[in-house]
Amino acid sequence: MAVPFYVSPDQIMQDKAEYARKGIAKGRSIVAVEYADGLLLMAENPSASLNKISEIYDRIAFAGVGKYSEFENLRKAGIRYADLKGYAYSRQDVTTKSLANAYSETIGTIFTRDPKPLEVEILVVEVGETPAQNEMYHVSFDGTITDRQQFAVIGGQADRIRTYLQEHYQTDLPLAEALALSRRSLLAGYERPPAEESALEVGLLERGRVGRRFYRMTQAEAARAMAATNNGS
Amino acid sequence: MPLFAGSYDGASFFELLRYDFPHLLPFQHLHNVPQLAASERRLMEAVPFATTVLALRCADGVVMAGDRQATEGFEVSSRRIEKVYKADDYSVIAMAGAAGPCLEMIKLFQVEMEHYHKIEGETLALDGKANKLAQMVKQNLPAAFQGLIVIPIFVGYDLRLQQGRIFKYDVTGGRYEELQFYATGSGGKEARSTLKKFFKVAMSREAALALALEALVDAADVDVGTSGPDLIRGIYPVVKMVTCHGVMDVSDDEIRPLSERLIAALQG
Repeated sequence: MAVPFYVSPDQIMQDKAEYARKGIAKGRSIVAVEYADGLLLMAENPSASLNKISEIYDRIAFAGVGKYSEFENLRKAGIRYADLKGYAYSRQDVTTKSLANAYSETIGTIFTRDPKPLEVEILVVEVGETPAQNEMYHVSFDGTITDRQQFAVIGGQADRIRTYLQEHYQTDLPLAEALALSRRSLLAGYERPPAEESALEVGLLERGRVGRRFYRMTQAEAARAMAATNNGS
Repeated sequence: MPLFAGSYDGASFFELLRYDFPHLLPFQHLHNVPQLAASERRLMEAVPFATTVLALRCADGVVMAGDRQATEGFEVSSRRIEKVYKADDYSVIAMAGAAGPCLEMIKLFQVEMEHYHKIEGETLALDGKANKLAQMVKQNLPAAFQGLIVIPIFVGYDLRLQQGRIFKYDVTGGRYEELQFYATGSGGKEARSTLKKFFKVAMSREAALALALEALVDAADVDVGTSGPDLIRGIYPVVKMVTCHGVMDVSDDEIRPLSERLIAALQG
């Protein structure tokens, strides 16, 4: 019987991480930004039907970058998890913290156990009753979970976008301005700005809604809102 | 996996429970209770029953109403139970029968609609919703034979056909569309005869609300399981309406004067 070559765990993990990072770097970034009346998620997405941003529960939304089939499975699993919990207990008992932890554990387990890691990075965000109660969790391909405030970025160009937002983010922005800021930050992710702007996918968690707070903004609505700020400034 | 251990991979919450979490289904646990089946009458006395609910079409959509009483044998077990619920943005569900399974099935149906919407990114067609409900009612059949009957009425606004629609069900999960009105529960027959007598095609909202209340008052007049508007305690029937703008609650403020008028008419 052939004895398998010894490869150090260090090497295995490094290789897996590099593999996952490469996969994720191909995808465009997604930003989540807290604004005065809630939270917004924005992605560049040429497809109108293959979404990167989705509703999970009353106050909770999800965004994923990387391999579509993989984050789509995570998204569905999250919806099942939330709906089951809400059905078995109550709607208030579905918390973002426990969902994000479950994601972290699942993704982490796959990273260590499976030969191929997930090539995904996800955001799980919740709009709180007050801005201080907003929650944003970033779970990366190895299951590392990070708590974010004000804004969160995932995807290949995350570093550059994060730098832009650190410089330009302001608290309590009205929706239109937060949209414009998010779009500018996504553009800042490019080394050279693209000739043609990609279609945007926008999901909102609006504090003022009753029940399910998620709202998917159409391309036209987002464009109209942002045009209004350009004229104003 | 901590996130999700199941094997089911579709868009239906109901099927998800059936495959992976059968203990959470409303009716599964009722299938193995033969000792209760010995006497259906005793069961009827031991379990609260929700009684009369009705629906009628009007010009803009559908009005759905239900009285507020739950009955346990010859006792009133609740004066404030609600039997009419918003199922999703464009549909309303009401149930008559054993109150526990009824309420659980309504909850399951609401989650089913929402779950499908989130997983698929689209809402089910009204026919799809009505069929799903039929499958759920069918699952309850063994319990129904033991006396724990669950009979829903499902109404909604069909955005494709641009009209309100009413679906009634039998215990076997049979689904039938009614074109004008329907009422079920212990006072259902009485309510139906009032509806039959006064129903007109394309009634205004006001006329439809008044007729719905009148049918409930007539049902309460004859059926001991049904309560009319309770002016003393200020408990009024739950009334909802679904139109092309979605589901709306009809407030007590609107129901109260209509109720008072009806009761004044009874006093002669």
